[in-house]
Amino acid sequence: MPRKDLLDIASLDREEIDLILDQAVPFKELFTRSVKKVPALKGKSVLMLFYEPSTRTHSSFEVAAKRLSADVTNFDVPHSSVVKGESVRETIETLQAMRTDYIVVRHGRSGLPGMIAGMTKASVINAGDGAHAHPTQALLDAFTLKEVFPEGLPGKRVLIIGDILHSRVARSTSTILKRLGVEVAYLGPGSLVPKVGPENTLRFTDYDEAMKWKPDVVYLLRVQMERQDVQFFPSLREYHRVYGVTEERLRRIDGEGLWLMHPGPVNRGVELCDGAMDYSRSLINRQVENGIAVRMAVLYGLKPGGDA
Amino acid sequence: MSQHFGPEEIERGIVALADAIRERSAGAPIALVGIRSRGDEVAQRVCNILAEEDRELAMGVLDISLYRDDYEHLHENPKLQESDIPFAVDGAHIILVDDVLFTGRTIRAALDALSDYGRPAKVELAVLIDRGHREMPIQPDYVGIVLETSRLDHVHVSLEASDGEDKVEVVLKKPA
Repeated sequence: MPRKDLLDIASLDREEIDLILDQAVPFKELFTRSVKKVPALKGKSVLMLFYEPSTRTHSSFEVAAKRLSADVTNFDVPHSSVVKGESVRETIETLQAMRTDYIVVRHGRSGLPGMIAGMTKASVINAGDGAHAHPTQALLDAFTLKEVFPEGLPGKRVLIIGDILHSRVARSTSTILKRLGVEVAYLGPGSLVPKVGPENTLRFTDYDEAMKWKPDVVYLLRVQMERQDVQFFPSLREYHRVYGVTEERLRRIDGEGLWLMHPGPVNRGVELCDGAMDYSRSLINRQVENGIAVRMAVLYGLKPGGDA
Repeated sequence: MSQHFGPEEIERGIVALADAIRERSAGAPIALVGIRSRGDEVAQRVCNILAEEDRELAMGVLDISLYRDDYEHLHENPKLQESDIPFAVDGAHIILVDDVLFTGRTIRAALDALSDYGRPAKVELAVLIDRGHREMPIQPDYVGIVLETSRLDHVHVSLEASDGEDKVEVVLKKPA
């Protein structure tokens, strides 16, 4: 039975995860053709409902939908106003009347995409909800790592650095990586690394200790200037010194042949030093490219309709 | 009620395709493009025969899942596989290859898919089995086996590399 919505990684079974990751391969292959577009979703409509600002995820979904020949509409939500549950319901009723087939939603409140999914026949894709989930980010991260490690993911080690506690990226990405047999560890300020995390997750607060764990990949989370992060450490410079990839750490990362990931956009001089932007084993641009292929696979795999 | 063909008939069909293609293309460069699934195996086997002589021969594989016209009626979108067109499509003489030609809709989709890779000089169609009942103005240039069927019959093709054996089974359906 095909799935109507994609709300989080936890509700996907292994078969569904593998299917999306496998199907993303032929979608990525389309990018090398002279015509990058296919008619699979011709005549379908995709509505972008972003209650939080986003450039990358928004444009990635938009490109993905357009390459599938779907029509994309941006439903502008005033970012500044506090949106109440009630008005979200009204919005969804309006969208329902527009007979849109897919709704891509981002909202600051955890669980809101799930609530919307229950109110509409459209397929709802969670593009990030509060600190809950960001499933397409997780899928593109897993896809990228599968490309980098064709020999297989089991036993590979990924060190996620930053504000783990408030990060939906950390939550979704570590969930999918563990499912695929990757060992995940967290590094961050004690106050920002959950004490009760997913089982078997190592927690570090010291950079050098974490590096002794011998990760294959260092995954930097974005410091959310606009959210709560700033109050948890004295200054951005201090954060860079303690948890960022400094020039000195970059040399060590390079020496040990580690891969570098970041969901973007990077705060230069905070998570990463300038030199890291040109690092040969940086996967950041590849994450962006793969994001489109994975989102195409997600849109293609969902089936709007159902009983909702 | 059903009707069967075995490995000998299938091999004869493939050789017939290769002979006809060889004769008409007269040594000029051609590219065979097999349509997944099983068209790729037919193309590969024809290609193996043609490759015995020294000539310019390319081979590709096309998955047409994204170009179908029947998503609305499918319970689940078809599983995608990779396409592989390792030669320049612009200006090429391409022969599309499939196992069974029925309504012609698959070929319509394949032509659309191919045109997104470039603009071939010429496209022809070779099919192992033509079972008739077209719903589109599409006709093959090369046919291995012509099969008389009624519209509702099912034609099941198994091929050595894909399914372990060469076999064609025609399951006859009497119209109600």
